[in-house]
Amino acid sequence: MSRWSKKFYTFFFLVSLAVAGVLSFYASSHPDGLEKVAEDKGFLDTAKDSAVSGSPLADYGVAGLDNERLSVGVSGVIGILVTAAVAFAVFAIAKKLKSGAKN
Amino acid sequence: MLIPKLHIPDGFVNLPVSALFGLLSIAFVGIALKGAAKSLDDRTTPLAGLTAVFIFAAQMINFPVAAGTSGHLVGAALATVLVGPHSATLALTVVLGVQALLFADGGLTALGLNVFNLSVIAVWVSHFLLIALKRVLPKTKSGVTIAAAVAAYVSVPLAALGFTLQYALGGTGTIPVGTVAGAMIGTHLLIGLGEALITFMTVSAVIATRSDLVYGWKPKLEIRS
Repeated sequence: MSRWSKKFYTFFFLVSLAVAGVLSFYASSHPDGLEKVAEDKGFLDTAKDSAVSGSPLADYGVAGLDNERLSVGVSGVIGILVTAAVAFAVFAIAKKLKSGAKN
Repeated sequence: MLIPKLHIPDGFVNLPVSALFGLLSIAFVGIALKGAAKSLDDRTTPLAGLTAVFIFAAQMINFPVAAGTSGHLVGAALATVLVGPHSATLALTVVLGVQALLFADGGLTALGLNVFNLSVIAVWVSHFLLIALKRVLPKTKSGVTIAAAVAAYVSVPLAALGFTLQYALGGTGTIPVGTVAGAMIGTHLLIGLGEALITFMTVSAVIATRSDLVYGWKPKLEIRS
């Protein structure tokens, strides 16, 4: 990869880290479109807890971290790292499928 | 709790219909996994991975749209213009999977519903709109960026319509489908504006610096790697 590409990708990654790790604290905590509609129209109570609702990262916070800024920021950074790992693995597989098909 | 739930939870739609959309989603993700290879090379593969990363980050930023309501990026049009529809489907699916499994956002049985609306409907609507719009808009970087923003705008209410369809087929609530449809579309016509704006800004920035990596910006000469 060229140095120029490396720089570009590093910048792209750092922006994502800053958004998930820092900016996320300032996100609106009002319900999003779907949840608001469900609440207003009266079917929000049909929602069930996810089987993983006990996850230490549930609802974009870190269990046990009381500082909200830190909690949401760290959960965002973990999310970024996990998403990066899974996405790079998936795209590596997808790319391999091409060379596999050609041979 | 700072970040609200972003996706369909378990329970809104019954299990048979959730399973049906789960199967449909598996089929579409399978197609994407095969189709993505065409646009993935050593130069563009990192961009595909980073697109998923950026979308995960951007979805955390709920923006206010109306009294007591927020919206957040889907990122389907953004991903489609940057890396093409197949890779966009994969990127969105990775994000939804991580959110459902790790962050308990979006139900587990509802994962197929969410994947279908965001990784399939929103992505393919964006893809076909991008093709159509690029025909009528000037063949410039601004033209592509505006096409992406318009596709982003339209993809949001259509994804909302996807949920409405799922609710019509298997909603567990007793609220009439028409009521749900009207509210979903009305709210998401507003949220789409945020989607369009974020898409416009991000695509502008990427296309200004690295247009050579952008799937939707194909100069006449395509260099094969």
